[in-house]
Amino acid sequence: MKGWAPIGLTVAALAAVPLFTSSNVVLNFLVMALLIALVGQGWNLLGGYGGQYSFGHSAFFGTGAYVTAILQMRYGVNAWVGFCIGIAAGALVGAAIGALSFRSGLKGSYFALVTLAFAEVLRIVASVAPVTGAGVGTLIKLDLRPEVFQFQSRAPFYWIILGLVAVSLILVRLIEGSRFGAYLVAVRENEDAAAALGVDAMRVKLGAMTISAAITAAGGGFYAQYFLFVDAGIAYGPWISVEALLAPIIGGIGTVFGPLLGALVVKTLGELTKLVTGDAPGLDLVIYGGVLVLVIAFAPRGIAGLIADLRGFFKPSLAAAKPNPDRGHG
Amino acid sequence: MLSPIILVPAILNGLLTGAVYALVALGLTLIYGVLHIINFAHGALLTAAMFGAFFAHRLLGLDPYVAALLLTPAFFVLGYALQRFIIGPASGGEDRNILLVTLGLAVVIENALLYAFRADTRTINLPYAFDVVDLGIAFLAVPRVIAFGAVIVVALVLWLIMQWTDTGKAIRAVAKEKVGAELCGIDVAHVYAVTFGLGTACLAIAACLLIPTYYVNPHAGNAFVLIAFTIVVLGGMGSVTGALIGGLFIGVVESLSGLYLGESLGQIGIFLIFILVLLFRPSGLFGART
Repeated sequence: MKGWAPIGLTVAALAAVPLFTSSNVVLNFLVMALLIALVGQGWNLLGGYGGQYSFGHSAFFGTGAYVTAILQMRYGVNAWVGFCIGIAAGALVGAAIGALSFRSGLKGSYFALVTLAFAEVLRIVASVAPVTGAGVGTLIKLDLRPEVFQFQSRAPFYWIILGLVAVSLILVRLIEGSRFGAYLVAVRENEDAAAALGVDAMRVKLGAMTISAAITAAGGGFYAQYFLFVDAGIAYGPWISVEALLAPIIGGIGTVFGPLLGALVVKTLGELTKLVTGDAPGLDLVIYGGVLVLVIAFAPRGIAGLIADLRGFFKPSLAAAKPNPDRGHG
Repeated sequence: MLSPIILVPAILNGLLTGAVYALVALGLTLIYGVLHIINFAHGALLTAAMFGAFFAHRLLGLDPYVAALLLTPAFFVLGYALQRFIIGPASGGEDRNILLVTLGLAVVIENALLYAFRADTRTINLPYAFDVVDLGIAFLAVPRVIAFGAVIVVALVLWLIMQWTDTGKAIRAVAKEKVGAELCGIDVAHVYAVTFGLGTACLAIAACLLIPTYYVNPHAGNAFVLIAFTIVVLGGMGSVTGALIGGLFIGVVESLSGLYLGESLGQIGIFLIFILVLLFRPSGLFGART
């Protein structure tokens, strides 16, 4: 079936990497890139397919991370179970924020603002509430056993995050081809027209936001297990909200592979910056921000769009049949 | 309950703080009212202006109130150029893209400052920073009283510009009816950029009023801008009067909730107001629907 082969090939190729190298630098780099790809895929479902730009995806990432960590450390829950509950908790937070804001008819800038505000509220609460360890944060006890989602080497972590990314790719591909996906895109392109044709826009957006939050929360839970530490700035800080939208926009917004492509490019740029300038705080983000502006100005469909244009260039007959490359107005 | 001896100074101080919040919000609401975009780079630009005021004092020995005379036109030009040459062309006029471009600018500015000046928190020492006025019932810090007065003057000047100058009339025309204004020969791109410049110039003044009693680090502006978002939403997006009243109101709320709940939870009070207003009355309490 169309669209499945690239997913299978990409995942298989990535899965083979630890067989060729055991370098922690390489694996660490790929783990972080895949983590951003996962979180970005969450954003992409809501922002790319649904047209609802969230500036506060850290609300879901942080909830996944904190719930995973706190359940283990304070309530003795098994890490894997905690991870699953963390995903559910993230989905719940997404559904709650979505229900409140979509019911009030918030869209565009207002939606971006309210998601940002919810993330900020959670950050402040997490930085003072005793259950999160307040300013100190929550440390997960070192216990290198697979039963508690901790491993001696990086390779298993790498395969787990790759597995999560693979699931997110398949999920988004399935949604793309489904009735729900068609509704979602219709809502993005013209909500009023979609509603007039009988699409329940509120439910569609809410569904997308819940799945989107769950995917992003999975990234948060993984982060907690990988670094064994969570604090308010990491979990609910703006950095993850920015990277979550950066990856799909640079890679290709509203495409299955956009977030993965974008995450690899963004992380490569970040590492190159560090190589050239040393470990200077902030410079990698300056470049991310600059790239974001440049991509919006010159390649609004991201890398995936550029690749599609190149293909069209070599297959003129297809290019002629292709509609206007600029994405429709919302 | 607390006695008036504690309450009255808290309210007065809240009003003084609120005036500076109002000025930051004024810039934001002005831009929203005309361009219909939320400028997510507002906080980063405020931080940049605070660094400007800091270094004007450190390197040139300029008093912040004198530095305002230089920084205000400089930031007007900066804002004008940002809108004219970056935000406008890069976003192609699409709302979602404008959001992202201003966010991208915020990330660039904030982190460029972080890279250049590191995360250190800096303050300047001024001989009058700790002077107070004794009102009998409350002591008020002189720099904050000056700030309050300055904000009133700025708001008046801004009102006069909007009401009586040709530029002000063009701005109001574009805000009301963009296409109609364009048909009358108004250069919309220029008016957008002027508005953005005015909004940014407000930040330069706010920065100079803040720096005598506040600190600066690469994230200093963010605290203000989230409050400014609240004020703008509360007062009604695009409403100048709403921004002024909203600013004073939020200043008092912050001061009182800080008194009762402690510093960090006091902030949550503001955000809860913000979320509640956004959810239940997104057009604001003063309802300037655009």
